[in-house]
Amino acid sequence: MTRVSIQTQDFDLGAEVARLRAGDGGVGAVASFVGTVRERSDGQQVSAMELEHYPGMTEAAIEAMIDEAMARFDIRAARVVHRVGLLQAGDQIVLVAVTSAHRGQAFQACEFLMDYLKTQAPFWKKETTPAGAHWVDARVADDQALARWGIAAGNAGSLAPASAP
Amino acid sequence: MRVQLRYFAALREALGSGEACDVPEGQTLGQLRDLLIARGGPHAQVLARGRAVRCAINQTMADESAGLTPGAEVAFFPPVTGG
Repeated sequence: MTRVSIQTQDFDLGAEVARLRAGDGGVGAVASFVGTVRERSDGQQVSAMELEHYPGMTEAAIEAMIDEAMARFDIRAARVVHRVGLLQAGDQIVLVAVTSAHRGQAFQACEFLMDYLKTQAPFWKKETTPAGAHWVDARVADDQALARWGIAAGNAGSLAPASAP
Repeated sequence: MRVQLRYFAALREALGSGEACDVPEGQTLGQLRDLLIARGGPHAQVLARGRAVRCAINQTMADESAGLTPGAEVAFFPPVTGG
């Protein structure tokens, strides 16, 4: 089945997990993560969020991350869905779901995939707040999260973000 | 040789979605960035040294020491913020 979907439409966690488990009697654990649009960011009310990606590269980058997760962890299958386009506060943004025989590897692989995706998959968020719309800054904490897995991220770095003047 | 430039997010807003660009043979990605900065205007502003800019060649993340090849798709964009 398709492992990676980049789409504007919403997703259904139950349906996605059911598809991921279907026909695999060896599955004893499913771990999933769903990211959603917060209604506040840095104290500002967020009314909407726009997500941009790099068609082709984004899908390929996440496919490579799943390959890496399959090599590192004893997991049976993984699925990533990421929405793009215009989202509202409270909307679902991203789903990562992983199946394995036992819970430990599923939990770890799910967190690994999210940490990897945060700093290496080409997506960009633009938030709309009462003060106007602005591109979200990358967080050093996300680079540090990936470093725990032995991978140098170098995404946020120490340089100023490349926002337009 | 000619490469195809692509820009995303804040860089796309400032520079457009991309353009074809002629560069001398044997250039690196970093040298291409300097060449674009030398154009002045919005290129100089958003690609300026000191700005956090990430790059990809043929849709794979690359650092500025990477060499360019004829026909390559070269993308410049801000640090990524998905998830």
